[in-house]
Amino acid sequence: MTSQTTPLEYKSHQSQMNILGFWVFLGAEIVLFSTLFASYFILEHNTAAGPSGQDIFILKDVLIETFLLLTSSFTCGLAIHSMRNHDKKGLLIWMIVTLLLGAGFLYMEINEFIHYIHEGATIQTSGFTAAFFTLLGTHGAHVTFGVFWIIMLLIQLVRRGITEKTSSKLFIASLYWHFLDVVWIFIFTFVYLKGMVM
Amino acid sequence: MNAKSHRFPWNHLVGFVLSIAFTLLAVFVAFNTDFSASTILWIIGIFAIFQAAIQLFMFMHVTEGKEGKINLFNIGSSVILALIIVFGTIWVLTSGHAHLH
Repeated sequence: MTSQTTPLEYKSHQSQMNILGFWVFLGAEIVLFSTLFASYFILEHNTAAGPSGQDIFILKDVLIETFLLLTSSFTCGLAIHSMRNHDKKGLLIWMIVTLLLGAGFLYMEINEFIHYIHEGATIQTSGFTAAFFTLLGTHGAHVTFGVFWIIMLLIQLVRRGITEKTSSKLFIASLYWHFLDVVWIFIFTFVYLKGMVM
Repeated sequence: MNAKSHRFPWNHLVGFVLSIAFTLLAVFVAFNTDFSASTILWIIGIFAIFQAAIQLFMFMHVTEGKEGKINLFNIGSSVILALIIVFGTIWVLTSGHAHLH
């Protein structure tokens, strides 16, 4: 890798270390979510006479949420692609599209939670709902945090342009965003599909 | 890397189409096949792992940069920890070891 072909976000030693450090953080996040999944798998059948996943999950809504998040992960990739071509406008537009899709996901998820509460499934109803809301809520809180984080990075981008520092920060935020999509894939598969079929 | 990225981002598009396809396939297998519950779970679980790999390699460029090998080792060890936590918890709490007497 010569300096000419190295992407800007890897140019300084500090940026390289920041990116490496963030990968280590993502490793810790994998372990965090694994504990929440483990609790869910243990408690999912303990419905305490309350509703089960099969009673309350709606495939159509879950699929919309999944497609919103999958598409946002794709547009986030396009944003970083634009960044590496030094295309500030492209980077900004694709990141804004990513944020709008993320906000759409959150809107759907909050509506979903409200629907469950009306169906009589609150976090206090049973072991199943406690584990479900903890797992989904932790993921949703991560998405919410990511939206505000990226908004602030975009303000910095508009003011300073694509520099070694802003590119490294946006690249790290993009890793975070893709990671949340990975977590969602497992929630979609092992919480929703499993809950609806089994 | 930069020289390549001036072209149309085909790898991103392919990754996106594949992840949509795996999602729809998982829904199809779950709702429209007559496999047993555990077979369905295995199939959609494998689809989920494929999708995670797409994100890691095609979108997150996990092997990129000087620390590519370290990244892979780090993520690999985290995944092993996650598997031990999930399957270990299920094993300990469902096989009778945790009974209160």
